[in-house]
Amino acid sequence: MKLTKYKKILMPDNRTRCGFTQIGWIILIAGIPLLFLIMAFSVTKGAAEISLSTVGEAFFNFDNKNPQHLMVIDLRVPRVIASALVGSALAVAGAMMQGMTRNPMADSGLMGLNAGAGFALSISFAFFPEMNYLGIVLFSFIGAALGGGMVSAIASLGKGGLNPMRMVLAGAAVSALLVSLSQGIAIYFNLAQDIMFWTVGGVAGSNWQQIKMMAPLILTALLGAVILSRFISVLSLGEDVARGLGMNIALVTAICAVIVLLLAGAAVAVVGAVGFVGLMIPHLARYLVGVDYRWIIPSSAVLGALLMVLADLGSRMINPPTETPIGALIALLGVPFFLYLARKQGRTGV
Amino acid sequence: MIKQLGTTHIRKVQTRNTLIILGCIALLLGSFLISMNTGYIKLSPGDTLRTLLGGGTIKQNLILFDFRLPRIIIAMLVGSGLALSGCVIQGVSKNELADPGLLGINAGASLMVILYLMFFGAQSFFLVFTLPFLALAGAGVTALGIYLLAYKKGVGVVPLRLILTGIAVQAGIGALMTVLVVKLDETMFDFVATWQAGSIWGTNWKFVLTLVPWLMVLIPYVIYKSRVLDALNLGDEISTGLGLSVEKERRYLLGAAVALAASCVAVSGSISFVGLIAPHLSRQLVGPKHRILLPVCALVGAILVSVADTIGRVILQPSEIPTGIMVAIIGAPYFLYLLAKNNQ
Repeated sequence: MKLTKYKKILMPDNRTRCGFTQIGWIILIAGIPLLFLIMAFSVTKGAAEISLSTVGEAFFNFDNKNPQHLMVIDLRVPRVIASALVGSALAVAGAMMQGMTRNPMADSGLMGLNAGAGFALSISFAFFPEMNYLGIVLFSFIGAALGGGMVSAIASLGKGGLNPMRMVLAGAAVSALLVSLSQGIAIYFNLAQDIMFWTVGGVAGSNWQQIKMMAPLILTALLGAVILSRFISVLSLGEDVARGLGMNIALVTAICAVIVLLLAGAAVAVVGAVGFVGLMIPHLARYLVGVDYRWIIPSSAVLGALLMVLADLGSRMINPPTETPIGALIALLGVPFFLYLARKQGRTGV
Repeated sequence: MIKQLGTTHIRKVQTRNTLIILGCIALLLGSFLISMNTGYIKLSPGDTLRTLLGGGTIKQNLILFDFRLPRIIIAMLVGSGLALSGCVIQGVSKNELADPGLLGINAGASLMVILYLMFFGAQSFFLVFTLPFLALAGAGVTALGIYLLAYKKGVGVVPLRLILTGIAVQAGIGALMTVLVVKLDETMFDFVATWQAGSIWGTNWKFVLTLVPWLMVLIPYVIYKSRVLDALNLGDEISTGLGLSVEKERRYLLGAAVALAASCVAVSGSISFVGLIAPHLSRQLVGPKHRILLPVCALVGAILVSVADTIGRVILQPSEIPTGIMVAIIGAPYFLYLLAKNNQ
């Protein structure tokens, strides 16, 4: 395998861990400028091509009579920023869930967030059809928070308090309940197709107002995730080990749950349930940087943002002027790769 | 002394288990009787009993024998089949979140249904008769594909790789469906939405007859294999040490689970929650030993689906709520209650 060779060149004597660390640094140092480059490129592409110089002009010498400037500032830039934020939020939330629960199938959807947001969405479609875009996004966030709150509350009711395994099971049940309720509403009120079109839309409708609300939330939560990553590494060794090392499992789980809630809740409210990012990126990061969550979490953030920005770019460029559903695109890109990963590392744990 | 304590304990557990099974059977019978009485046209219990014994009017005969009875029986069969399938898959993959959907059964079947609708339309006359077979084929092919993709020469299928492959394939099919579904018109879309929510729609004796042979073979087979499932739970090394051909057994068991779930999904639409929840509920009731767990699981599944189906039929008359939705609405709160009060 090329990667091992590469590691060997970097770290001649047996230091796999250090090799992983090197890759971690590479992801962070090369990935972030790359992300900005792709974001800039993405702003110029779309149904109408806009040259990079016009984009620069729009930033520094904005002219509100020029339609191209308006398009850049009001449509493309918010959209690209939103996809980067959402991508990193979903990926980090997924990484945290997988680490905490030691379950390779876990992602933020298991906290009941996607289901909660979907439930809120179907209610807003059925009962408040005149609600505007921002209202729907806010409503979805509240729904996601309620879903996540329900899961955490029920999981912490039992004896011994909150523990990751119980949270996963509660999440599966609450999700099933909320999904069924929204399916029921959708079928009863004949809204299934409208709701589907909304969820398929992805980041297309992002605007500055939304980003002003979302960005501080997501960035703070990302910082929190990086700070907590040590504890997640310990949790990922298993509850017994964590307890043996003197960790307060219930407290750490609760704080992590709040961060996952903020990250994924904000993301899901904006793009709907793009589940595969949260599942796939952490696996990819683990494959590249090893099992230490101090590296997995920042790398997931960068890789998730990259994937989402690329997918958004692709969704606009494949078949202009129509947009390909971004969730579908991510899955189609990700599936073959994920299958390859599954074959490669199937024998190792999470 | 210690030995004596041990035997009394075992006896206690055995009595408890017998009681639980008897209780489940009683519940199942109860739900059967209630389900017979309720519906759009109400029949009194006396009428129902008389009709069952052969003394009903033509109208009563029609309602009971041609509409209600097949549907109730299908609900019960589907419930037990999906529950058992879920139990086996959770055992083999050693993952508590696994359900038949993990092997791509729901995804494969849904994809076939959508493709069929795109080519032939929702009004097609043959829909009722061809759909179950198409769904079955879609589910089977997808499951086989997942197995082959997860298979590695020399190592076989490791649970973790099976799970990851299952997730990936499911996501891929999901993406394909999103692309296709956008193109459907509204009637077709509603049909697909209802199908995916899991509505028992194959409600005549033909479907019962196609479903029964599968279950007649597969349910005893799975229960017969319960000791293998117990051994697999101990881990690959230990089961190999116990003289088990791990890979072969895993393949047979997965095959059986796929066949069970696929045949059920074919007539019931995509009901996946039973397969996840029934094994957990039964484990709470009787513990992790498959010899007792599997039969209880089948009973719990049957009760869950038949009760859900009955409620779904009557609660919003004259329109029906798809059974899959009712299963989750009834099953999830109970499951959450158990989870909250569980003291382990």
